[in-house]
Amino acid sequence: MSLDATQETASRTPADAKGADRAPARERLRPVPFRGGGFVHTRHRLIAPLLFVLLLILWEIGSQTGFISNIALPAPSEAAAALGDLFETGMIWKHLSASLYRLVIGWSLGSLLGIAVGLAIALFSLVRAGVAPFVSALFPIPKIALLPLFIIWFGIGEGSKVATILFGAFFPTVIATYGGVDNVDRNLIRMGQSFGLSWLSIVRKIIIPGALPAILSGFRISASIAIILLVAAEMIGAEYGIGAYILMAGALFATDQLIAGVALLSVLGLTVAWLIGRAERLLLRWRG
Amino acid sequence: MELILDHVSHSYGDVTVLDDISLSVGSREIVCIVGPSGCGKSTLLRILGGLEKPDGGAALIAGDPPSDSLNPLTYVFQDFALLPWRTVEGNVSLVLEDHGIDRARKREIIADVLARTKLTEFAHAWPRQLSGGMKQRVAIARALSVNPAAMLMDEPLSALDSQTRDLLMDDLVDLWGQVGFSACYITHNLAEAVRLGHRIVMLSRRPGRIREIVEIDIPLAERANHPEETAAIQRRLWEAMRDEARAADRELSNVA
Repeated sequence: MSLDATQETASRTPADAKGADRAPARERLRPVPFRGGGFVHTRHRLIAPLLFVLLLILWEIGSQTGFISNIALPAPSEAAAALGDLFETGMIWKHLSASLYRLVIGWSLGSLLGIAVGLAIALFSLVRAGVAPFVSALFPIPKIALLPLFIIWFGIGEGSKVATILFGAFFPTVIATYGGVDNVDRNLIRMGQSFGLSWLSIVRKIIIPGALPAILSGFRISASIAIILLVAAEMIGAEYGIGAYILMAGALFATDQLIAGVALLSVLGLTVAWLIGRAERLLLRWRG
Repeated sequence: MELILDHVSHSYGDVTVLDDISLSVGSREIVCIVGPSGCGKSTLLRILGGLEKPDGGAALIAGDPPSDSLNPLTYVFQDFALLPWRTVEGNVSLVLEDHGIDRARKREIIADVLARTKLTEFAHAWPRQLSGGMKQRVAIARALSVNPAAMLMDEPLSALDSQTRDLLMDDLVDLWGQVGFSACYITHNLAEAVRLGHRIVMLSRRPGRIREIVEIDIPLAERANHPEETAAIQRRLWEAMRDEARAADRELSNVA
């Protein structure tokens, strides 16, 4: 190796190099044109809030001047007033707690079952052969279409709503989990085997942590689906809940309340995304 | 303890990769296996450590491994195979956790192997923060922690740049001086084989057969002081291998 290095330097004598440098120096000098710009993401933290505020202001101005008809779209100030009413009467907590209860229970149970079934599919080829086709067949069915059935099976009360959300969260989690396990580096599993790790240790310490990034991205999708289904389920036979509130507002053509309810959903979605982002940062610290 | 391959043959589908290979790795002995690419070196190592079953012949263990050996046959992989979600310390700890060692003893072992591989100050680093050379040191520390009777090293230095490779070779020689491990060391790099092997087994192109076995008498620690002798052996090996390597290079790959 050291032999190679000396040969390489010896073959290119200093005199050669200098002669090559000098020749073009007599001509006009200009910088090499830079072509490497763009295609790089820079973070602009303020742009989104500014744009949002600007949009609200324009909307408000449009409503005030009559450019936007009040029937077509209420002014943001009216929606804000409707939201304020909700807080004042304390109804917000009734609606929110009812919705959160359904969302948390439905999504958690659906995710837990989804991870369990996803792991079983990934680890046992018999389960994969038997269950995976069913998952593929049932995933694309809109769960809301099954709501009448769920009402018969689980009752008109909380049961059917939780079940809708549960099934909605279940399928994407199954698919994310077994896809994640399939993508775990085989060499790591082989390493575990070569050190005589038990089957359970390999699953617990190599396979599950390896699949965790995929499972967490699956959570992002399943949580959004859960919120969509929450509203849909609450539109049938619910007294309280954000979905029920929106449905009621729609029936009364109280568009200010409708916008207030939609804003609440948006905040709910953002909060869930933020929580999952936190979980990712905590659990996937090793990715840096 | 001695590790023996007894007339081992193996094929993948129609392609025979190993044909009637017999060799042994004695205790405190490093046997280097060299050969052109695709000659079945890695398959041979997988068979030797029980990760793959040969079609013919057998991999055998003669004698008992030392009683304090937690994992007698221990691999060191080319791609390091570190868990990215565990720190350096955690990666070593992983292979001790299934053996019911009490916490104090475990910590002692980890501290010892990290010190031997000069990693003490990196105990809490994540693998992604380490250079290739450091990663392979962690893998070697992990292998040492289970006190192996034989290390099965699959091109352990091939993913590293040549400077790091030189440094790690020196470290391995030092380590062998301290621990006296026995090893079956697969490589395609003849310089490594000549530097680290007590015995060099040269395989032919596919199907892999033993072409030649070269013993080197110069003690490992002194090889750096005998550049002419080692260079001569290396050159002779290369002469013998060159044509096969060229032919192997032009072969279509049928084996995954």
